[in-house]
Amino acid sequence: MGFLDHFAFIAEALAHLSVGIPRTILLAVASLLIGFVLAIGVAAALLSQAFLPRWIANGYVYIFRSSPLLVQIFLIYYGSGQFRSLFESLGLWGLFREAWFCAILALALNTCAYQAVLIAGGLRAVPWGQIEAAQAVGMSRCRVFVTVAFPQALRHALPAYSNEVVLMIKATALASTITILEITGLAKQMASETYRPFEVFAAAGLVYIALNGAVAAGFTRGERFLRRNVAQRT
Amino acid sequence: MQALVATDIRKAFGSLEVLRGVSLRANKGDVIAIIGGSGSGKSTFLRCLNLLEVPDAGSLWLNGITLDFNRSGPAGGTTPKAKAELRRRLGMVFQSFNLWTHMSALDNIIAGPIHVLGQDRKEARAIGLDLLDRVGLADKADAFPAQLSGGQQQRVAIARALAMRPEALLFDEPTSALDPELVGEVLKVIQGLAAEGRTMILVTHEMAFARDVATHVMFFHDGRVEEEGRPDLIFSNPGSERCRSFLKKFL
Ligand SMILES: Nc1ncnc2c1ncn2[C@@H]1O[C@H](COP(=O)(O)OP(=O)(O)O)[C@@H](O)[C@H]1O
Ligand SMILES: [Mg+2]
Repeated sequence: MGFLDHFAFIAEALAHLSVGIPRTILLAVASLLIGFVLAIGVAAALLSQAFLPRWIANGYVYIFRSSPLLVQIFLIYYGSGQFRSLFESLGLWGLFREAWFCAILALALNTCAYQAVLIAGGLRAVPWGQIEAAQAVGMSRCRVFVTVAFPQALRHALPAYSNEVVLMIKATALASTITILEITGLAKQMASETYRPFEVFAAAGLVYIALNGAVAAGFTRGERFLRRNVAQRT
Repeated sequence: MQALVATDIRKAFGSLEVLRGVSLRANKGDVIAIIGGSGSGKSTFLRCLNLLEVPDAGSLWLNGITLDFNRSGPAGGTTPKAKAELRRRLGMVFQSFNLWTHMSALDNIIAGPIHVLGQDRKEARAIGLDLLDRVGLADKADAFPAQLSGGQQQRVAIARALAMRPEALLFDEPTSALDPELVGEVLKVIQGLAAEGRTMILVTHEMAFARDVATHVMFFHDGRVEEEGRPDLIFSNPGSERCRSFLKKFL
């Protein structure tokens, strides 16, 4: 087998795996968005004055950040089968039977815990004087959050968000363990059919690197855009 | 005609009694200067007027609404709605400007009118641009706070307060955070507002300004009004020894 032959087969593998790219992106985007929406609520609970919501949110974050994502995926996908009759009576079995649903649910709950911490940190960093200025024009609590606190929290959290998106794109590979044929799932299948795991997994790695390169570039541009007006005048 | 009345306002932080019964009566067009040493409760009193601090006791009256803090209940008889209404009708200018750093100067000015008063964006923009012109910043509509000097930021903050068409304006040491060469431009704007007959309550250490612009001066000491009256009288012939020695440090 010639040296060039490896490259030729990597190219072939890339073409085959590219089918999985939209699936990987769908897993990542869906779970990041669902996680984001949930994380706003969890972040608010983390910062709550009341003990109970704070305690629950802290527990949630602790559990999802301290256990392996793979365990969370297995727990939801395989674990739900054990309670089939319960899910059936709730009309939810159709969902929990679906590997796609379970994968997105696990990924979303997992990233939600991380995003909640990012958002809460961003909210804590908003200068209190700006909150008071918003109250002083008569804005309601909700309006202060939407107009002043949250946009600034996101700006503050943006650099760390880039990291979370990259981690999530890589984490979608775990969905392959529950039958989903995204990039890694397709690669496993192709490797076992062709007996050429080196080229196939090298190709898979290249696809992830390219995706994450695009994410990093996008965030850099976004940060530059948001920072254009915030650099302190000298 | 009365515009804003505060009666026997009391406020403690833990065991620290910061306000021990302060009353104020502002008629329409009055400019009330509050002076006094650091820690005497000036800022706390001003913040009580728009409920950034909720008084422990006393009452507030603003043309038509009364908030009575002597009544029992966690917020001392104030509902969130009454609180928001009071704040909407009073403008506040802070020592440290507190502009929203993620918004342009114009957006800072029109956010309140749009989201609180329900003005439409076009109308709010037109009024906002007018106000920017009035504070001498017509060319800074799209500038962000970080791109403005302290004096310019404070003028935007004044325009932001004016955009709400407040019945009275509260200023908490509006020039204390500014470099000396920038103080004049802000005082000029405030002087212009006084000349228009706006009702204003102004905590300040600019004694010459207070003497020239104020219609009434209150000297705070230790959470009480130690002395108050016409500025020419207070500044030329203070009645209390404390006020006399305080003023000596400035004049
Ligand atoms: N939120 C607060 N918590 C505790 N103490 C406070 C708070 N705000 C003000 N104080 C105290 O109240 C006193 C009066 O403060 P302040 O009204 O800011 O005085 P002034 O504006 O006249 O300098 C000071 O001793 C200050 O430390
Ligand atoms: Mg003060």
